[in-house]
Amino acid sequence: MESVLGRYRNLIVLVGVLFAQVLGLAVQVKRTTDSESTRLIRIWAVGAVTPLEKALVWVQTSSGNVWHNYFYLRGVRAENRSLKQQIERMSLEQVRMSQDADQARRLQALLGFKEQFISQTMAAQVIGSSGSELSRSVYIDKGYNDGIKRDMAVITADGIVGKVLNVYRSTSLVLLINDQTSGVGALLDKTRLQGILRGTPSGEVVIEKVMSDETVPAGEMVLTSGGDGIFPKGLLVGRVTKVSLGSELFLNIRVRPAADLSKLEEVLVVTKIDERQAQPDQTGAARAVDILAERLPTVPPKPENAEKGAAPGAAAPGTVAPTTTGSDAKPKAASPEASASSGAPAARKTAGAGATGSDARKVPPKPENAEKGNTPGTVAPSSPSSDATPKAAPPQASASSGAPAARKAPGATAAAAIKVSPKPVKAAVQPKPQPAVQDSPH
Amino acid sequence: MAITYTSGEQVEVYRFSIPATVLIPLTAVFLQAWLPLRFPFFSIFDLPLLVTIGFATARRSPLAGLLTGGLIGILQDALTHQFIGLYGISKTVVGFGASSLGIKLDVEHAGARFLLTIFFYVVHKVVYFMIARGLVGLRMEWSWPHEFWSGVANALLGVFVFMLLDRVKQRT
Repeated sequence: MESVLGRYRNLIVLVGVLFAQVLGLAVQVKRTTDSESTRLIRIWAVGAVTPLEKALVWVQTSSGNVWHNYFYLRGVRAENRSLKQQIERMSLEQVRMSQDADQARRLQALLGFKEQFISQTMAAQVIGSSGSELSRSVYIDKGYNDGIKRDMAVITADGIVGKVLNVYRSTSLVLLINDQTSGVGALLDKTRLQGILRGTPSGEVVIEKVMSDETVPAGEMVLTSGGDGIFPKGLLVGRVTKVSLGSELFLNIRVRPAADLSKLEEVLVVTKIDERQAQPDQTGAARAVDILAERLPTVPPKPENAEKGAAPGAAAPGTVAPTTTGSDAKPKAASPEASASSGAPAARKTAGAGATGSDARKVPPKPENAEKGNTPGTVAPSSPSSDATPKAAPPQASASSGAPAARKAPGATAAAAIKVSPKPVKAAVQPKPQPAVQDSPH
Repeated sequence: MAITYTSGEQVEVYRFSIPATVLIPLTAVFLQAWLPLRFPFFSIFDLPLLVTIGFATARRSPLAGLLTGGLIGILQDALTHQFIGLYGISKTVVGFGASSLGIKLDVEHAGARFLLTIFFYVVHKVVYFMIARGLVGLRMEWSWPHEFWSGVANALLGVFVFMLLDRVKQRT
């Protein structure tokens, strides 16, 4: 017996070791639950490997910073110039988009929508990977000491990356969206079809559960649907690259992720997502006026001689910008704010010219000023669109309607305000439908 | 404490110092986790597997080979989000096989090492595939051309890794 054991000792040990590991696997498979705590062996392994990775990344980043910040500054001036131009372009774009956003918020509020938005993120550096093609995941240098929790979304500026799977003391494991065990609620941008975004064993990303009778064009943008409870709705996922017939009457839609998952360096962990009812920025009365005013026709630019003919010391006809000077502009104060409350959208959108929105809010219109300010082109006194006669125009109401105006065009120039100002004249002339519509948004 | 093992009469048996025994597998696992981030193509390599084969063929002890392979595999598993034991079982088999073969064959030449590495790379993949698909239920794809060429790439790297290991191994 002893000779047999001695002869087959190696084989017996091999079988024993394999049996123990298979048994361990079986236990893990059976016990798999989402709330399963991290195994001790993982903590040891991560604790042994990640400090080295962190140190290496630190050395690499530091040396890179020294090089880029102190030695390699070629082309910085040109880059700075182009960035400034880009900022100017984006400022204009922002004005346009903020108007669209305001409109969307108003509509959402009317429909009682709840919106989700990312209210807090934490930047983290990618320090390592799992090292396996069959486990597409990366380690980041933030853990539960930094407030990271399981199932937090991880994104970059380009698009979504994945979710936090395991959290350790100072590191976390992030499961990438191209892993075969990941799943993200996805929404096709134009067709509004919803499906489940999954990774494949070969590391590609596909959308499943879209019926084969639907038409999905290549190149269509893919967004998060918010249905998974991890990613807020509307984050960019990627673009459709190929559509083919899959199994069981579903389409096989391949997606190229917007974020480069093979070269991740810095990511953002979404640490807080707020959900709230969409709320417009204005009070109901002001919004009613707003909506109505936007339907009014525009007014052609005022001839130059009209401005010349304006009384000195008083606001130029139709001007809004002078009010932004605040305290020293008595005759100016009434007109813009009253005009805002009277629902002249163009005036409101550019009212920030040369002054902040808070300035506009802080200066209450004085009745006498309003009367003085009732020069040709000013709106407030003559506007019947709201209850805002010069005397009745309450400071709060005008402020509330004027505030968004300043926000809408923070970068607008005074000249722009002057150009737009004639519009209220027309608003004053065509006010008849307004009282009837005023209550509709309530 | 160095581990020494008896072997056949015509083959030499080597041992590794404790620092080398601990640090080399750790370094291999670390590089396997770190390099693919900087060089994505590196993910086709399996450095821990090459170290397992290198240790096993040098020591020529099936017992040491399977234990070394099992430990390296479990360490590798621990860094993934998959079940612990997938790489563990695969590398246990490879460690046992490589050391058993190392007793019977001369694996000191680069050509023999190259072929041996291709063979054990494929064995490793087959075992992993069977366990992952059959026991755990993972979706797996098998492609012979991909596995073969990955094996060739690993074998090329393996020749250099074995040369490095030759520098730290000690004759018993």
